[in-house]
Amino acid sequence: MLEITLFYVAATIALVATVMAMTRTNAIHALIYLIVSLLAVAVIFFLIGAPFAAALEIVIYAGAIMVLFVFVIMMLNLGERGDQQERQWLQPKIWIGPALLSMLLFVELLYVISALEGPVSATAVSAKEVGLSLFGPYVLAVEIASMLLLAGLVGSFHLGRRYLDRGDLEKEGE
Amino acid sequence: MSELIPVLLALIILIGGVIVAAVLTWFERRLLGVWQDRYGPNRLGPLGIGQVLADMIKLLFKDDWVPPFADKVVFIFAPTAIVVAMMMGFAVVPFAPGMMIIDVNIGLLFFLGMTSLAVYSVLLGGLASNNKYALLGGLRSAAQMVSYEVFMGLSLMGVVMMSGSFSLVAIVEAQTDLWFCFSQILGLIVFVIAGIAESHRLPFDLPEAEHELTAGFHTEYGGMKFAMFMLGEYLGLMLISCMIVTLFFGGWHGPALIGHWLPPLFWFGFKVFFVICFFVLLRAAIPRPRYDQLMSLGWKVMLPITLINLVITGAVLLWMEGAG
Repeated sequence: MLEITLFYVAATIALVATVMAMTRTNAIHALIYLIVSLLAVAVIFFLIGAPFAAALEIVIYAGAIMVLFVFVIMMLNLGERGDQQERQWLQPKIWIGPALLSMLLFVELLYVISALEGPVSATAVSAKEVGLSLFGPYVLAVEIASMLLLAGLVGSFHLGRRYLDRGDLEKEGE
Repeated sequence: MSELIPVLLALIILIGGVIVAAVLTWFERRLLGVWQDRYGPNRLGPLGIGQVLADMIKLLFKDDWVPPFADKVVFIFAPTAIVVAMMMGFAVVPFAPGMMIIDVNIGLLFFLGMTSLAVYSVLLGGLASNNKYALLGGLRSAAQMVSYEVFMGLSLMGVVMMSGSFSLVAIVEAQTDLWFCFSQILGLIVFVIAGIAESHRLPFDLPEAEHELTAGFHTEYGGMKFAMFMLGEYLGLMLISCMIVTLFFGGWHGPALIGHWLPPLFWFGFKVFFVICFFVLLRAAIPRPRYDQLMSLGWKVMLPITLINLVITGAVLLWMEGAG
């Protein structure tokens, strides 16, 4: 019973935080709500028996990726000007299309959930099982992801290198 | 009774953490004084410990001011994040057998998650201040902490491999015969350096480097909010020290032979005290590096060391498994 209450509290927080994240005009406020939403999702993971996924959600999403988002916003440092632009973009009529489409998805989701029987399996998944399944049935996905990351690494290395050697490039151009 | 222990312990940590952090501010200054051949605060009370009280009264009664140009909500929220995250981190620290708030099988990851959440405090504080020095401090801390988090996590993987668990109790129990500071010496070195960088203390306090950024991310902070940042920093120092002892120096186990003479809690406290003194010594002895030196040290030295450590540990473990 306690677990169900905790689940609904966490789920409500996640939903409210996500809606707030979408509707804020200040990018930093939106990001803080998004972080709260991620933390709530981590709590849900923990409750449904995936503590490893919960920990990774906090370490990677809330702790690293969102920090990089904040980092980019700090670099741009738009301030009040960004807020105004955002307010212009977030006109009520813009919301109609996405709202309709997500309404359809929501109905579909309700239909699927009503067809399910009973709660999702509540056995805890340990870190070892996650590791074994990553390098067992899902090894192809891991390899593809690592290739994608390598491409990103090479790309950023290339950009950084050109910036450092610009003096040499200019000399070659002369 | 056994259900009450975690609750009591949580209360002790909440109150004791704040008190120890306050005493540490004085202790650190006195110790720095000893090592730098001067006195430090020695006037108020015996050995000058009344300085803690004086500082607290001063900070508590200061005007709680929010700059008009700051982002008010975020500005007030920022200092609380680091204190909450660090206090949460103490939940998984095993002080002695049976003396911990919770023993989860993801204890180590929980600690890493909490330290990574503490970054927001510095980041948001720097951003909400709307001041260029604060912004630069926040930017530096973001890059520094995200980079050093990588090595921090990776350096612990050797320990996890050897003990076969993320649970901190299991890790301490795996060190009954031999502490991991011998078999995981590379991991220990990287973890200590990354720990200083994560708690942004001297010599790696570039987010607040006072000679170039006035006071970095907390330039605009004063009074209680500034005290919260300081509290968070000292809690972070304590948490990192507790973790170093738990992961590498055998936790509550005493040294061989004389280990049984004193209770486990004493050995844990003694070792944590020793590690904190070591951190203060580092602060007294090493000057601050330049920012690009810090980053290149991280990516060009620390990352290869951790990867080598991982490969060697894995190879030795597999070899021993094959031999045994």
